[in-house]
Amino acid sequence: MADYWNIAPGMESALKECFTRDVEADVTLEFSIPEKDFNNAGKGSSEVKNLLKRLGVDSEVLRRIAVASYEAEINVAAHSIGGKMTSLIYDDRIHIKFEDKGPGIADIKQAMVPGFSTADDLVREFGFGAGLGLPNIEKNSDALHISSEAGHPTLVEFLIFFT
Amino acid sequence: MIKLTDYMKAISGVNYTPALDLGSIELDGAYVCDMLSDVMGAAKPKQAWITIMKHLNVIAVASMTGIPVIVLSKGNVPEAGVVDKATEEGIALVSSPLATYDLAGILYQMLKG
Ligand SMILES: Nc1ncnc2c1ncn2[C@@H]1O[C@H](COP(=O)(O)OP(=O)(O)OP(=O)(O)O)[C@@H](O)[C@H]1O
Ligand SMILES: [Mg+2]
Repeated sequence: MADYWNIAPGMESALKECFTRDVEADVTLEFSIPEKDFNNAGKGSSEVKNLLKRLGVDSEVLRRIAVASYEAEINVAAHSIGGKMTSLIYDDRIHIKFEDKGPGIADIKQAMVPGFSTADDLVREFGFGAGLGLPNIEKNSDALHISSEAGHPTLVEFLIFFT
Repeated sequence: MIKLTDYMKAISGVNYTPALDLGSIELDGAYVCDMLSDVMGAAKPKQAWITIMKHLNVIAVASMTGIPVIVLSKGNVPEAGVVDKATEEGIALVSSPLATYDLAGILYQMLKG
């Protein structure tokens, strides 16, 4: 499996550590994401956003979480045969993981390039396929990790801190 | 900054979300685009989103991005399910007979003219 990380220099070990703290989360929410179900894809992100809003998370931080999460959720529906989203909420941050059942990303670096897209006609009909989702996730998250390979499942996970 | 209600008068806008209080919405610009990820990456709160896209995901995109109002151009009419979702999410949904070019031009004039 190929791994892609986007973490600010100097923060690598501290933030990679935050990706491995699942059992310590205060709240864990799980949603399944069926293939090509664009009417329901987004529900998980929406529920997480509403919960964090009730918890009083700053509106700009909330916007970043909502955008990154929705992009990743849509990607699972659009490009994979289905998967799930797991949100781990801590007192200072959220860690959201998107795990699907394949078919995987052959070249993650290429997938990160703004404008690169393999979206099919159905996906484009819904207004997706600009090739900007992964760049949006990177731009809005404090740390991003992608693990994938052609013919394998894909894991996309990110951290966003509340302050 | 201008009031959404003043802009709606100028574009003959039809309000599809009458249950929402549009009087409190103020605009300082617009984002014009039909590609959802571009909108999520670039649009800002206090901007109207002018588009021809009118399916359910558009409401989710506005909600995630913090956009207060979607303006459908060329008289596009949203389906009932989309209207319900917009009302539930608190996103104003307005339709105008004008084309995108005019919708953006009129807003620009009102803000900068
Ligand atoms: N979960 C995934 N499984 C397989 N391939 C993926 C997955 N997520 C992204 N990709 C690949 O990476 C490409 C780029 O993704 P990105 O989200 O940036 O753009 P897009 O989804 O094609 O369009 P947009 O997000 O702008 O609507 C996709 O077109 C697809 O080839
Ligand atoms: Mg995408």
